[in-house]
Amino acid sequence: MTYKIEMRNITKIFGTLKANDQVNLKVAPGEIHAVLGENGAGKSTLMSILFGLYQPNEGQIFIDGKEVFISDPNVANDLGIGMVHQHFKLVDTFTVLENIILGYETVNRGFLSYLEPRKKITELMTMYKLDVDLDAYVKDISVGQQQRVEILKMLYRDNDMLILDEPTAVLTPQEIHELMRSLKAFAKEGKTLILISHKLNEIKEVADRCTILQLGKVVGEVDVPSTSIAKLASIMVGREVVFRVDKEAQEAGKVLLSVKDLNVIRHKKEVVKHVSFEVKSGEILGIAGIEGNGQTELVNAISGLIPMETGRIMLNGEAVETKTIREKYQLGLAHVPEDRQKHGLILDFTLGYNAFLEQYNDEPFQKYGFLREKEILKHTNQLIHDFDIRTERGSTTIARSMSGGNQQKAIIAREITRPHNLLLAVQPTRGLDVGAIEYIQKHLLEERRKGVGVLLVSLELDEILNLSDRILVMYEGLIVKELDPKSTNPEEIGFYMSGGSLHESSTNS
Amino acid sequence: MNQAQTPNQFKKILDRTWSMLKAFGKKASPSFIAIGIGIVIGLIIMVAFNPAGAFQAMGRLLFSGLTSSRNMGQILYFSAPIILTGLAVAFAFKSGLFNIGASGQLMMGVLAAITVGIKLSLPAPFGWIVAMLAAALAGFIWGVIPGLMKAHANVNEVVTSIMMNYIGAYLFAIMIDLFLEQGNTKQSFPISSGSQIPSLSSIFPGSNANIGILFAILIAIGFHILIHKTTLGYQLKASGLSMPASKYAGMNTKKNIVLAMALSGMLAGIGGAVLALVANKTQPVLFGIFTEGFDGISVSLIGLGEPIGVIFSGLLLGMLRVGAFNVQLNDFDENIIKVIQGIMIYTIAVSVAIQIGLRKLIAHMKSKKQIEEAGEQA
Repeated sequence: MTYKIEMRNITKIFGTLKANDQVNLKVAPGEIHAVLGENGAGKSTLMSILFGLYQPNEGQIFIDGKEVFISDPNVANDLGIGMVHQHFKLVDTFTVLENIILGYETVNRGFLSYLEPRKKITELMTMYKLDVDLDAYVKDISVGQQQRVEILKMLYRDNDMLILDEPTAVLTPQEIHELMRSLKAFAKEGKTLILISHKLNEIKEVADRCTILQLGKVVGEVDVPSTSIAKLASIMVGREVVFRVDKEAQEAGKVLLSVKDLNVIRHKKEVVKHVSFEVKSGEILGIAGIEGNGQTELVNAISGLIPMETGRIMLNGEAVETKTIREKYQLGLAHVPEDRQKHGLILDFTLGYNAFLEQYNDEPFQKYGFLREKEILKHTNQLIHDFDIRTERGSTTIARSMSGGNQQKAIIAREITRPHNLLLAVQPTRGLDVGAIEYIQKHLLEERRKGVGVLLVSLELDEILNLSDRILVMYEGLIVKELDPKSTNPEEIGFYMSGGSLHESSTNS
Repeated sequence: MNQAQTPNQFKKILDRTWSMLKAFGKKASPSFIAIGIGIVIGLIIMVAFNPAGAFQAMGRLLFSGLTSSRNMGQILYFSAPIILTGLAVAFAFKSGLFNIGASGQLMMGVLAAITVGIKLSLPAPFGWIVAMLAAALAGFIWGVIPGLMKAHANVNEVVTSIMMNYIGAYLFAIMIDLFLEQGNTKQSFPISSGSQIPSLSSIFPGSNANIGILFAILIAIGFHILIHKTTLGYQLKASGLSMPASKYAGMNTKKNIVLAMALSGMLAGIGGAVLALVANKTQPVLFGIFTEGFDGISVSLIGLGEPIGVIFSGLLLGMLRVGAFNVQLNDFDENIIKVIQGIMIYTIAVSVAIQIGLRKLIAHMKSKKQIEEAGEQA
């Protein structure tokens, strides 16, 4: 049979790194084909080659059985290949309609004509149930709707091969559900889809076939409906993976962190409103919410990275509103920050110099104001060993050159090995692969077992559900609901995450 | 020990020396390449003005400073203040700050030093020690002001330290006019003999060399230890590389900014004392910003921002300065030589800056590619 898309023996080399090594990808017409792999497996490189962003060092690409040379994205577009990138490529200050037609405008006597495009787009929207307000500005619509705009862009250009790069990373469960439905509808209409993901349950839900990459090489091509999730994971990681983390029942102890009526104002906007909660010893309190609903500011105000407006924060029984960050650390606070490259590490320092970032003034790392390189080296080697941090040159590796997963491991290692009894963990597994996620979650549970109080902020509902003892849902700076992970489900959390309860109560009143 | 081992050991030492040299060469290569470019450009201009004498003149410009002990002494004399301003600029830069105000800080140092030297006639070691401390304090104050404004009002230190240069230069002229002018000569009094920095003329006869160069070297070593071995240096470097991460680490980033600018100013102030505490030297009642602070920027760049590198680049500039004086013998106009010397210094400094920029860009692109490669979610 003729494949819609066939990539044959693709090799792409960056410097000394073989990002793709003799990769073969065969996609049948009308198929949803998943490309699965850990970070650094070469998924994005492969798709960038198909979309004309990179040229392969070796290999051929065939579309409908004919060899093609995709020198840039315009060529890809003419062939009918469209791509939704992880980071959307939209003009914020243009309307949805303007964004969709951008680059493919209909011109009537030198003037832009919006009538025909509007008609065509409206038809597409009804056909696939992809509603967006065409006259809204992109900056005013939600991330989920922005993604629809990206998809409509591809459809408007009559692309029949659609590549989606990690499309669900930014969506709520409801939005993910709708997206999955749309993807199936596209396939039904005969479009060919490639879905890049490392979320196994989504692949299981929609994909027909799946090509699995590991370190730039194809390690498997499987039929999805007949393959279990556990099997997919073990092919991807190269070993068995435990999905359910075992959490023992455990009584929470005394209150370690208490936040009362906290308000934070950033750029003249109230971003955290009247938030109150407590974190007790030996419990994990999960905060769920869509990105940008005040979770970041809440944690940063507690740690002291940004100022708070009003409210009371008690750490181990002491009021800490006016205390410095350093004083809070000394009172037992540890913090795995959301942005590991901005806050968590000094990227141009070595791993060794990052391993005692908050403890430079403490024994044994200094004596009489002089750094003790021997102690620093000993400590770093201990962390490297205990937390399996992979580095090129051990303690002297520059942090910038490490992979995201190892950077995160280094931060977590540093934070949980220094004296503390309260841990703020913000998106601790963001962007990491299954193996690293499993590892980090295990450590968070170990913290809980030791009696540390953990405040966990995550966009991943699975993570929140698996790890938390209690769940708070944040929406527009408010805590809108407290849920019990044992009795709730992703749909219910998603309902509150998208402000469902507020809308409901306002229509009721 | 048998005989077979000796060549082995010898080879080991040779290998180790060679690898150390290689590491040094790799680190210092931007400077050497830049110096090469500077020489070529200087030579082209010389050929344009005087084709016949150009090559000989270039030889003189570069090496005549080393031909006599008097010339060598002069190199040390000229180098000491610009090594200190170079250290000042490099120190601020390690903390992520651009101290373009070294000139103003140096002039305040000069003013404080000669005030002590003229008004208090203290006996020998005390005279110059007190004058030097006064200069350090004056530079400290002139550096602390932009530091405070940066830390507490987020005013860019480049803007404020340029303004402080002007304020300093006017204050300098006014103060000398009011208090230190010798009759109506438009010149200050010379300093008292007890305030002169001890001379090294016994080693370098006929030159103005003094122990200022020893101070410069000692301070460079101290700076090296401070920045690479202490917790303070750790904090300053951390602030320079990433302000958000230093804040996260619980460092007092505001205090570090103020401290870095103040210590930087202090180094420039000491440079002023070394410049001024010389026998028979007088200062003019005239508005003008001393160039030593700006030379400090070049020196710091050519020395790759490292204190030990700054010693060598400061000596290089001193060598060019002494050489330039001697090139006049090759039938070059004095002003032309100054132009050539200036062009060479700035070419060298700019080529270092470009090379460092390029290397950073390449490294950045590489790491970006790797991150893209890793398919990392933002």
